[in-house]
Amino acid sequence: MPMAQRTVSVVHSEGLHARPAAVFVEAARRFASRVTVKKGRTIVDGKSIMGLLTLAARKGSRLSVTTNGPDATAALERLIGLLTRPLPDADKSSTRSLR
Amino acid sequence: MITLKGIPAAPGVAMGPACLYRSELRVLRRAITAEQIPGEITRFDEALNRTRRQILDIQKRLAEGLGQDHADIFNAHLLVLDDHALREELEAGLQKQLVNVEAVFDDIIQRYLKVFRKTQDEYLRDRTADIEDVRKRILRNLLGKQTDELGRGNEPVVIVAHDLSPSETAQMHKRHVLAFVTDIGGRTSHTAIMAKSLAIPAVVGVEGATNRIHEGDSVIIDGTHGEVIVSPEAPSIERYQLEHRRHEELDRQLLHLKDLPAETLDHHQVLLAANIELPEEVSSVIAHGARGIGLFRTEFLYLNRPDLPTEEEQFQAYKTVAERVKPHAVVIRTMDLGGDKFLSPMQLPSEMNPFMGWRAIRFSLARPEIFRIQLRAILRASVHGNLKLMYPMISGLEELERANEILEEVRRELTQAGQPVTESLEIGVMIEVPSAALLCDLLAPAVKFFSIGTNDLIQYALAVDRVNEKIAYLYQPTHPAVLRLLKQIVDVGHAGKVKVGMCGEMAGEPMMTLLLLGLGLDSFSASPVQVPLVKRVIRSIEHSFAESVAQQALTLRTGKEVEAFLLAKLKQVAPDLVEQG
Repeated sequence: MPMAQRTVSVVHSEGLHARPAAVFVEAARRFASRVTVKKGRTIVDGKSIMGLLTLAARKGSRLSVTTNGPDATAALERLIGLLTRPLPDADKSSTRSLR
Repeated sequence: MITLKGIPAAPGVAMGPACLYRSELRVLRRAITAEQIPGEITRFDEALNRTRRQILDIQKRLAEGLGQDHADIFNAHLLVLDDHALREELEAGLQKQLVNVEAVFDDIIQRYLKVFRKTQDEYLRDRTADIEDVRKRILRNLLGKQTDELGRGNEPVVIVAHDLSPSETAQMHKRHVLAFVTDIGGRTSHTAIMAKSLAIPAVVGVEGATNRIHEGDSVIIDGTHGEVIVSPEAPSIERYQLEHRRHEELDRQLLHLKDLPAETLDHHQVLLAANIELPEEVSSVIAHGARGIGLFRTEFLYLNRPDLPTEEEQFQAYKTVAERVKPHAVVIRTMDLGGDKFLSPMQLPSEMNPFMGWRAIRFSLARPEIFRIQLRAILRASVHGNLKLMYPMISGLEELERANEILEEVRRELTQAGQPVTESLEIGVMIEVPSAALLCDLLAPAVKFFSIGTNDLIQYALAVDRVNEKIAYLYQPTHPAVLRLLKQIVDVGHAGKVKVGMCGEMAGEPMMTLLLLGLGLDSFSASPVQVPLVKRVIRSIEHSFAESVAQQALTLRTGKEVEAFLLAKLKQVAPDLVEQG
């Protein structure tokens, strides 16, 4: 089974909070591959929002994403893109309550 | 009998059985058998489905009302619902622990929340609120109907809670709730403001109240002095009953005044409006017979939160109030932050002298990007009722002109974007800085009204920090210098064809009513509960009597003399109000 892995830094100004995490999880779930995200010694399921939030990844945190499955390469490319490019209206989201 | 001390938050006395209110959901744990597991999972799935429908519904309403990106926030909530890691843990937990599904679910979520709360990142930590929100929603759906509503039983009760949100307080009904006591909170907390405005006695900041008071305990609440007596004995009960009868008698008398105009015996009419801080207070404004809102403080939108309010959120708040109060006017004061009210997301530097520092209009003009959002929201809301706009802490003409320039720019932007905006939005300024009081002739041509903010005017004019207890005796609203300033503001304002009102605490003080009426004030705006008292005084006298009181007061030499004189005059016309003080 193909496997791909890359390590990048989070660019979102407020870190991987609920909204970017939600975008990441939604994207991950569209792929057949297993997705894991590792920060330090913690490894979580990239398709679980609860898991991803547990990482408490701030801006600049190093995350390593591993994809494992038939569409591993495409999945990795897409997910790395989400971590390294700001959300379309990331600036606005920082001045808004999520509640 | 024990006596607990707290902060007096809303005046009045009450006695009744305690009702402990927990906004926390109570999750009971009960054992199940392995055969019951599938049934528990079905129950959980049903709760998830209900929750999903509710969230989708909220999203739809948000998207229609506020736009898609507000609604997107709930995507994270939806993802939690079908999080398979959570699901696997849940099924494993059921197998292993053999307890009901809500207990297992709550254990798991609590474990996550603990991890989230431990993170050093403040922003991420605050976002645990999202998970907390989903948790509550799922649990509510799992547990079925909650006895969430406050004091809806048969017997009226004293609510004892750790803290109450404004919406929780707003649900309280005077018929069912006698008083309330909270563990935390201060004089200016939202609960205190709401209680005062609902005229329900309250004591806040009573350390350990929810531990030391038990369900059904008989308690006396003295909201005037900040005392809570648990299981009172005979002498305390008698004292309470006496005090209670006096309050009731006064309330009965004042209630008759509700729909009567604020006019003297010889039909000199003034506008008697109310001050509010929260939109929820509008009911109290109406209940107390105030004619509109003379001061809508907007700080509540900015305080106690990690971020800044959006234009849409502000628009909704202003529109709601405007619609409920029309045809009467609502004077919205632009943000008066700084001083003793701080903006949490801004991390403003602490100042040696905050009341004279970077606050109110000074802050607004220095941060126009924040100010413009508020102005846009006010202008957009202006078509939904009778709104007026007022700037705080103006100290000279430049500030007023600059603020008006920004307002005009914002108005042009909105008009060009096709947004409806009222043509004739009346602009006014707070007169609370002595320099403004001396420049009323120069300010008058640029505005339609002045509103005297006495709390600050007194502290600036007398150089008395009003939060410093050591010099509290120098804070004299009746100081001759204050009287002269007031007279000058009213006279010069009138000469400049400007309406002069007052929205400081003084406007709600019956002792001052004769003086202010006699000085020629056009409008009074006081906290809703004070409105009937002031109206009572106005309706008891001829206008010429008030004028002579004002003239005589201006000849006295000290604040003490003025105070004694005004008190004596009030006693002449409304003796029962004097005893109350």
